[in-house]
Amino acid sequence: MKKNGKAARFYLLIMFCIMYLPIAIVVVHSFNSSKLTVRWGGFSLKWYETLFSNEPLLEALGNSLIVGGISCLLSAVIGTLGAIGLSRLHWRSKGVLEYISMLPLMIPEIILGMVLMAFFSMLHLPFGLVTLVIGHTVFCIPYIFLEVKARLVGMSPSLEEAARDLGASPGRALWDITIPLIMPAVMSGSLLAFAMSMDDVVISIFVNGPRLSTLPIKVYTQLKSGIKPEINALCTCMLAVTLGLLFLYSLLKKIFGRQEKKQ
Amino acid sequence: MKQFRRLAIPYCVWGIFLILLPLLMIAFYAVTKEGNAVMTWYFTGENFAKFLEATYLSVILKSFRLGLACTLICLLIAYPLAMIIIKFDEKWQTFLIMLVTIPEWINLLLRTYAWMNLLADNGIINQMLQALGLSPITMMYTDFSVILGLVCNFLPFMIIPIHTSLSKMDKSLIEAAHDLGANEFQTFTKVIWKLSIPGVLNGIMMVFLLSISTFVIPKLLGGGQYMLIGNLIESQFISVGDWNFGSAISLILAAIILLFMHWMKKIDKDEKE
Repeated sequence: MKKNGKAARFYLLIMFCIMYLPIAIVVVHSFNSSKLTVRWGGFSLKWYETLFSNEPLLEALGNSLIVGGISCLLSAVIGTLGAIGLSRLHWRSKGVLEYISMLPLMIPEIILGMVLMAFFSMLHLPFGLVTLVIGHTVFCIPYIFLEVKARLVGMSPSLEEAARDLGASPGRALWDITIPLIMPAVMSGSLLAFAMSMDDVVISIFVNGPRLSTLPIKVYTQLKSGIKPEINALCTCMLAVTLGLLFLYSLLKKIFGRQEKKQ
Repeated sequence: MKQFRRLAIPYCVWGIFLILLPLLMIAFYAVTKEGNAVMTWYFTGENFAKFLEATYLSVILKSFRLGLACTLICLLIAYPLAMIIIKFDEKWQTFLIMLVTIPEWINLLLRTYAWMNLLADNGIINQMLQALGLSPITMMYTDFSVILGLVCNFLPFMIIPIHTSLSKMDKSLIEAAHDLGANEFQTFTKVIWKLSIPGVLNGIMMVFLLSISTFVIPKLLGGGQYMLIGNLIESQFISVGDWNFGSAISLILAAIILLFMHWMKKIDKDEKE
């Protein structure tokens, strides 16, 4: 194959500019003291000050963290146990069971959201923290399940068998051998699930209560009513957190890859 | 290794009660309607019949057109991009693919907001035009802004599968084609394109499904009046409160998606034969 010519490199550059430039502009303007977007009024942190004195927004952030934390924990437990349990099943119906729980990743978010909304109201469950947590857990489980399952497949069964031969009880073998080995996968899956939960707009719109809103919902309602300069600052903060989580995730993957090589 | 099978119980119960059951319930909602005090519900085809009204039919057609347009534009942009990326060496490729995927991690609202910022009537592009002495253009709340938003958001879903199928390709096939006297164009149409079809189909499937079921992007970039299937479902559930009709629309959307996937799989199979 021929090498890329100048035109090809230029095209690549243009496309990456289109992908990143709008976001870069938001970041730059969050430090702009002028309210006008094209004029540079000098470096300032005043939008961040307005942002951090915005009570409802901080409350929404708190809600997001609570919902993300609880649903991440809940789905880590259910997903991990599910992956371990299913790895020991050899039924034909196993595929169906795996398929059902993968559905949240496959069906459009909007359908999942409204399905859950209709279901909760049929059960007369009051919309609020509980429904948000259940809704988020539904789509968080697959991320953890997939990571743990992949790890279990890559693990040699002889490790646990050896522990059993040396006299460990089944519970002990699971706790001392399998669990520590899959821990990195649980961690990276949970991180992914947490990031997804913190980011979610569509499902939250359907299952949140009238008084409770998460950060993305708050941002969504603000964006519908127009642009305010402190949104730049908020977006920059969210971007920093996302990139931080992404970095942490790849770091975990790296450690976990190194461990795998050692075995 | 038969112990601890029971650990899967919560997982299975969760899947059945919170995923499967609610989904079946929607099918039930779609074919029924609330009745009077004696019979709280009855079976009916009304919800589907309502869909044939011109207003709703035009919404589905618009979503379809927009989804197809967005998929086609993504394909036209992504294919050359994937071809360019594949010509770099390993290390660069990993880096470029990472650059392609990072935006997917950034919050959807943030990415959409970034475009609102640029396209607004008093946004950056228009202010620049005015500084140059040109008249401003209305870009927000048009088809243009919605398609731009959709394409930018879903482009990675097209680039990645095409790149994957191109990188799996045996490079010696291209050399063989050249040796046998094929020119660049012939090599592309007869070898490269044919071998990349599975990736292309995967990309088309993902982008189309995402763009036909989206509602946040059209709402923000297209304004409150901009109606696609997703917005219709949302409004039926959240503001109108006609859940039966909302459920029927979701079933129709699900049917469109299934048909489309089936069609893509058929093309893939025919190509292989």
